[in-house]
Amino acid sequence: MSEYTNLLIIGAGPAGLAAALAAAPRAERIVLLDDNPLPGGQIWRAGPQAKVPAQARQLREQVLACANVRYYSGARVIAQPGPDTLLVEDAERGWQIRYDRLILCTGARELLLPFPGWTLPGVTGAGGLQALIKAGLPVRDQRIVIAGSGPLLLASAATARDNGAQVLRIAEQASAAAVAGFAAQLPRWPHKLLQAFALFDRQYRSASHVLAALGNDRLEGVRLMQNGKVVEMACDRLACGFGLVPNIQLGQALGCAVALDAIAVDTWQATTVPGVYAAGECTGFGGSERALVEGAIAGLAAVGNRQAAHRLLRRRDRWHGFAAALNKAFALDPALKSLATADTLVCRCEDVPYAALAGLRDWRQAKLASRCGMGACQGRVCGAATRHLFGWQPSAPRPPFSPARIDTLLCLDDTPDA
Amino acid sequence: MPDLILDGRPLRVADGTSVAAALALGGDGCSRTSVSGQRRAPLCGMGICQECRVTIDGRRRLACQTLCRDGMQVETRP
Amino acid sequence: MADVIVIGAGIIGAACAQSLAARGLRVLVLDAGLHGATAAGMGHLLVLDDNAAELALSQHSLQRWRELAPRLPADCAYRSNGTLWLAANAEEMAVAEHKFNVLQAQGVACELVAGRALRQREPALREGLEGGLLINGDGILYAPATARWMLQSPGIDQRRARVSAVQGKRVRLDDGQWLSADAVVLANGIQATDLCPELPIEPKKGHLLITDRYPGTVTHTLVELGYVTSAHNASGPSTACNIQPRPTGQLFIGASRQFGTTDPAVEGWMLARMLKRATEYMPGLAQLNGIRAWTGFRAASPDGLPLVGRHPQQEGLWLAVGHEGLGVTTAPATADLLTAQLFNETPPLAARPYLPERFAGALAHA
Repeated sequence: MSEYTNLLIIGAGPAGLAAALAAAPRAERIVLLDDNPLPGGQIWRAGPQAKVPAQARQLREQVLACANVRYYSGARVIAQPGPDTLLVEDAERGWQIRYDRLILCTGARELLLPFPGWTLPGVTGAGGLQALIKAGLPVRDQRIVIAGSGPLLLASAATARDNGAQVLRIAEQASAAAVAGFAAQLPRWPHKLLQAFALFDRQYRSASHVLAALGNDRLEGVRLMQNGKVVEMACDRLACGFGLVPNIQLGQALGCAVALDAIAVDTWQATTVPGVYAAGECTGFGGSERALVEGAIAGLAAVGNRQAAHRLLRRRDRWHGFAAALNKAFALDPALKSLATADTLVCRCEDVPYAALAGLRDWRQAKLASRCGMGACQGRVCGAATRHLFGWQPSAPRPPFSPARIDTLLCLDDTPDA
Repeated sequence: MPDLILDGRPLRVADGTSVAAALALGGDGCSRTSVSGQRRAPLCGMGICQECRVTIDGRRRLACQTLCRDGMQVETRP
Repeated sequence: MADVIVIGAGIIGAACAQSLAARGLRVLVLDAGLHGATAAGMGHLLVLDDNAAELALSQHSLQRWRELAPRLPADCAYRSNGTLWLAANAEEMAVAEHKFNVLQAQGVACELVAGRALRQREPALREGLEGGLLINGDGILYAPATARWMLQSPGIDQRRARVSAVQGKRVRLDDGQWLSADAVVLANGIQATDLCPELPIEPKKGHLLITDRYPGTVTHTLVELGYVTSAHNASGPSTACNIQPRPTGQLFIGASRQFGTTDPAVEGWMLARMLKRATEYMPGLAQLNGIRAWTGFRAASPDGLPLVGRHPQQEGLWLAVGHEGLGVTTAPATADLLTAQLFNETPPLAARPYLPERFAGALAHA
């Protein structure tokens, strides 16, 4: 089964939606693919307990209203059977999509670092908790500790409180000075001022990080290092994430060059692979405003409208400083590399403990010695963690780029007698 | 308001609720048992970590990226 | 200074090193850190009777694995789950019956399974198969962990180094350093021809896929009898159904064979063909999730038997290469053969069929 489109966009978050809308006037056919049930990506995730901003709803509706945009939800890219062709899969079927131009808007994921107890039910990412709550996770009257790093902690806390949770603590590992310095710069960027309220949130503590999640079969409490002092508190949930990591696997698999752990793009959002563009968090953190502009530039460039794309370049640059300021302020404390003890699991898919990995030479040796990275997440969680802990470079992705039904993989045989 | 069966027990949830959320609404929130026997629950909420792998109507799927549907059979201990 | 230098820390090199070290020799194992067949393969332990020499080697070696098994640590994941050879038609069933007779005569525990009974043993198999042959003593293990365990035996030193040249008892490393010993054992699979281009070793590419965990789906390792005919006789790319249940509940799916390439990239069309073949025996496989695919290269010799023994031209150089798809199975027997020959003892099984000198013509161009 095979489909042809002029423009294929992977990811329907801000970047992907903006790309689709920008390209729609000039593209005969656009296919927009996203692995979530609804468009919006992470920041604009829709759901029964989500508050999607008006701007997001409007953009979503505009895109879906375009007659030449075909949107597939719950769909993932599995392989590249040939040049300009991707094998994709959704809940029902697998099929091939041939395209003239491709825009990767694959976003970012949270950096999840191992610490004792992090595999206990009740422990989630910080963005993870927010996503789960938006999709209906009940948190009313639950005591929640949010930890890790970055403005995402505050966003997560807000969502939790909006849904009736009691946020006991927001433990930010960055120093008070770093956080204050970042907050002081926020007036430079409209809409970001809200994040300055961090200074006034009674539960916010800087120079604080998780030491351990406590409990037997599920989370019962946490142990924190708060400004040099060890503190324990009982809680129902721990939401812990240490910033964002661009999702570059698909780009890498297609041969796109990577720079600073993100997909490298030029001023037109073009990657090093002809005909392939990238926009949004997968090209490096920038926030949703920047992702919107990048997506629009990519969409316009992909349909050959460089004139219109050019008009957006300055708007994009306006957001550059934000990313730089954020990355600087929330740089991770080296102490976070030492949270894991010998038996703390690092690879959650194959249950590989820290002790089995410490002292090994590189990712490949670790895989062979311990099966770390051979599980279903394909090294997305443990690979990012070991990159941070040991400086290992994960290996290049192979197909299937995501767990896929064998039925779908059968589509890769394109010979006539298949 | 879809009605589903979670580990053999009936559960009704609001429209648009993910299976991951349903695990907590109708059970202890756990999705699977790890290779060394630990119970696990959804972690990343965005289809990356694979901790929320459950069996839905006989197929292995990610609970956090699947919306509940009427008549869905969800198993966390296949 | 080592008594013996072994080139290659895969299952063959590891088994040889362990065997030699057990005799009191100091062994230095050099490995370049490349991803060899031991890392990629299925770890299937099976008796194969394409010819008498293959049967003798695999049967002896399997018995040695069974003796070794109690000492293997848990991460070697040794299981004696048997192989169930599948006959899709009467012709293949006749092959099964012939195999049964041959194996029985050799004392290998096995039983014929009629078509009706097949799905009682393995409910996931499709209807309509003719029958099968169950070889009870076959098993599986996780070869990388096993090689690692073997290499931890006292008397063995390991060094990460690439050997760039061999001259009898001397080897030159990439950094220019020369090392020498009383004997050098070449056990580095398809890389053997980098050092000895005259060796008749060809890389045979294989694809593999592993699924998510579906415990209880399959019990025995399932292999189609067409494997014997298609795999060994084909010159073009070929596939054969090979489904192995891992102790984790994952299914390991193979097998494919391609000549004439050393490109490790997963080729979608080949992977798909291999999976298609497997689904023809187990239709439900199509609904399971594959989580990883990869490739490996078997070191194939012209007659399908390994080269174990002296290099005919180079004094002090010994060979333990060319095991194709039976490296893990025949590692202990290879070690036995090599050790016996090194010590000038009578080997526990006839060494002649595996001697490198049988390719004297080709090797004369060393």
